[in-house]
Amino acid sequence: MSDTNKVIDARDTFCPGPLMELITHMKQAEVGETLELLSTDEGSGNDVPEWVNKVGHELVSSEKIDGVWHIFIRKMK
Amino acid sequence: MSKLNIVCVTGTHEKMQMAAMFASVAAASGDEVVVFLSMNALPYFTKHYSEAAPVEGELGELMSKKGVPPFKQLFQQAVELGDAKLLPCSMALDLMEITGEDLEPELGPPTGLTRFLSDAEEGHMVTF
Repeated sequence: MSDTNKVIDARDTFCPGPLMELITHMKQAEVGETLELLSTDEGSGNDVPEWVNKVGHELVSSEKIDGVWHIFIRKMK
Repeated sequence: MSKLNIVCVTGTHEKMQMAAMFASVAAASGDEVVVFLSMNALPYFTKHYSEAAPVEGELGELMSKKGVPPFKQLFQQAVELGDAKLLPCSMALDLMEITGEDLEPELGPPTGLTRFLSDAEEGHMVTF
């Protein structure tokens, strides 16, 4: 993902730590920027996309690699 | 946007953690959130209070050891990221003989039960 603007490393924290980290950085990001969230919290795989859809951002992709969720989110507003 | 009213009275680690998770995630998702702090939950929001919240069981023990965000941090994020209101119960303040200056800065004005119930008429209410 060469156009990713920022990587948020929230590995080894538990719910809702990764989500709150993401939200903090989304507030600071510009519209159109893509953020990558790294999380080892199993719930993040479902919970983060749910939040992204609810608040109206774009889920670019979500993939679990070697026990780490890599979730790409584009800020839409 | 929906409204969520959270009542914290018990003050154990697990219940404070769950209430903080509700508050932070709902507020950061755009919901209107009001947290009413009373009874044994209120002391954690006074300055210079250093007691750790007692655990009820296994989950509390685990949360103390692992990378779970502290509940006070989650409540602060609810205020900062989502404009949640943390309202101290005026009765509990009177009993503890504390004034607004003794409270953490993120807390809203002392609030009586009548006012809280009036404001909470619309929306869901959960109690911890």
